[in-house]
Amino acid sequence: MSRYFSFGRLWVLLVKEVIQMRRDRITFAMMLGMPLLQLILFGFAINTDPKALPAALVAPTQDRFTRAMVSALEMTGYYRFILPDATAEGAEELIARGDVAFVVTVPSDFGRRIERGDNAQILIEADATDPSVASGAISTLQTVASSALTRETGATGSSLPVEIVVHRRYNPEGITQYNIVPGLLGVILQMTMVMMTSMALTRENERGTMENLLAMPATPLEIMLGKILPYLGVGGVQVAVVLASAKVIFNVPFVGPLVVVLAGVFVFVLALVILGYLISTVARTQMQAMQLTFFFFLPSMLLSGFMFPYRGMPAWAQVLGEIFPLTHFLRLSRSVMLKGAGFSTVSGSFLALIVFALALALLALRRFRKTLD
Amino acid sequence: MTAPAIEVSNLTKQFGGKAVVNNVTLSVRKGEIMGFLGPNGSGKTTTIRLMCGLLEPDSGEGRVLGHDIRTERGAIKRKVGYMTQKFSFYEDLTIKENLDFVAGLYGLPKRREAVRETLEDLGLTSRKDQLAGSLSGGWKQRLALAACVMHKPDLLMLDEPTAGVDPKARREFWDEIHALAHGGLTVLVSTHYMDEAERCHRISYISYGHLIATGTVAEVVHNAGLTTMIITGPNTGEAEKRLRGADGVDQIAPFGATLHVVGRDGDRLRAAATRVAGETGNVVNPAETSLEDVFIQLMSAATDNMQ
Repeated sequence: MSRYFSFGRLWVLLVKEVIQMRRDRITFAMMLGMPLLQLILFGFAINTDPKALPAALVAPTQDRFTRAMVSALEMTGYYRFILPDATAEGAEELIARGDVAFVVTVPSDFGRRIERGDNAQILIEADATDPSVASGAISTLQTVASSALTRETGATGSSLPVEIVVHRRYNPEGITQYNIVPGLLGVILQMTMVMMTSMALTRENERGTMENLLAMPATPLEIMLGKILPYLGVGGVQVAVVLASAKVIFNVPFVGPLVVVLAGVFVFVLALVILGYLISTVARTQMQAMQLTFFFFLPSMLLSGFMFPYRGMPAWAQVLGEIFPLTHFLRLSRSVMLKGAGFSTVSGSFLALIVFALALALLALRRFRKTLD
Repeated sequence: MTAPAIEVSNLTKQFGGKAVVNNVTLSVRKGEIMGFLGPNGSGKTTTIRLMCGLLEPDSGEGRVLGHDIRTERGAIKRKVGYMTQKFSFYEDLTIKENLDFVAGLYGLPKRREAVRETLEDLGLTSRKDQLAGSLSGGWKQRLALAACVMHKPDLLMLDEPTAGVDPKARREFWDEIHALAHGGLTVLVSTHYMDEAERCHRISYISYGHLIATGTVAEVVHNAGLTTMIITGPNTGEAEKRLRGADGVDQIAPFGATLHVVGRDGDRLRAAATRVAGETGNVVNPAETSLEDVFIQLMSAATDNMQ
């Protein structure tokens, strides 16, 4: 056997790790069950396209055109008129308080104008403090209105003189993305990979088995790979679970090439596992490893753009966000999955992730040498 | 004469500026059982780690089985069996899986056979699929020893192997050690127990990182130059009180109904013991100095040096 590296020894270490993984049933269940559970929980709980949002209607003249519009809006499923006869002032207060998400104002001359063939306007004010709340409801408006009124007037053609004016209140830009599930992929991977790896190695230190391992002819590189590779495999299973359920349960659009996402996942998971390894060289107990993992986990979740829009953060926070691999992975996965970006478009994120993995690996190997002594 | 199995000189290792091992020079002959003694925290474990290639000394040098402890640590690891103080095999692996793991790491040529033979020697074949964590202390220790010698090392280093093991298991363990030594294996074993020290060919005593005494048990006892008197009689309690701090008395220890009195200066000790025994109506007799008396003496002497 070679002095510095032997596949035989690495294989023995791998087998041992997998047996231990399998025997620790709770952890094993957690590794496989957690992605599914989180996905279903977050996937259903965090809804970027909420329906049946409370709305108020300001319509002084309740003629048949108004009623047609209102029922058409309700038919979309987005609007639930809790106050069908609000005054302008009352509605203003409701939306400011957040009791309604929309105020639909049909002017008193709406019906007359349509009958005369003049330009008619409907004003929809949306509470866009959370931009994702309003976007779905708004996007359907124009078609809904046209078809409703077409039926009502009996006119043919698309030249209906109705204009729907949308005010996205409180956040005129209203940038939203279909981003929860691709983001969750990154968050779930980060959670399990970093924690599991850091705990697995700290356990060896805590139980004193590391000393024994080092007294036998296993080299640092073999020990490190023996720890990292099994968890890389677990990460692969998690990715398959998340992507499959994203498709089957949530019907998340997947426009870009799968291979680019997978390549991104690979580099990302590699960086995470090595990070977990690095944590384990610092932490003395499994408890400390867990705490360090969360210390890393929380800011990266908050600053990466998973929870809050990245561009909404001040410049310094954006710089801070750049130091988390999750930030780059989110950009990559969202661009590819939702916008259909190819490899060349996301090469910057790739590069960043590769740099992370390499830098962490170097650091981890150096730390390991030190812990030998 | 062949080269010694262990030959280290002036080994020093510091942690955080404190010398845990200080100028230790040690030589262990091939095929002998060397007892390594010393109080808790005296640097025994660190010295062993230095010698089996787990730690690099800050200064000093040495050879273990002919390999340099600084530059040939890999070779040393392959030829040495090291049994850690705490059970350090995988409790969540079965007995067989643990042995298989060790055999694989050492790259034993006939791995399956080696594992099967070891299981048989241990008498654990029927329990091979039991988790190692479910074994009792004595069995864990036997498993650990078997795993350490599976690759047929030339040198075995045992760090307090019998802590927390019952007397019968300890006795069997030592029989096993002697059997291995007869087969040509060199053994370095650290211990707290005097009866174990007496089963070693030679012993070395380390305290606060310094090697204080080395030799056979008889040599160490003789070189300590202690005199021991035993006081027996109806009133040893009163005698103990009066002997405390008396001229020439270094140690007083009650053993059942008797009192052991130890001193470095034989004449002064005898005078004091005889006087007190006469005063209290007890009888005084000369006795053999025990290894324990020597160690207590060495320990208090070392403490004095430190302060």
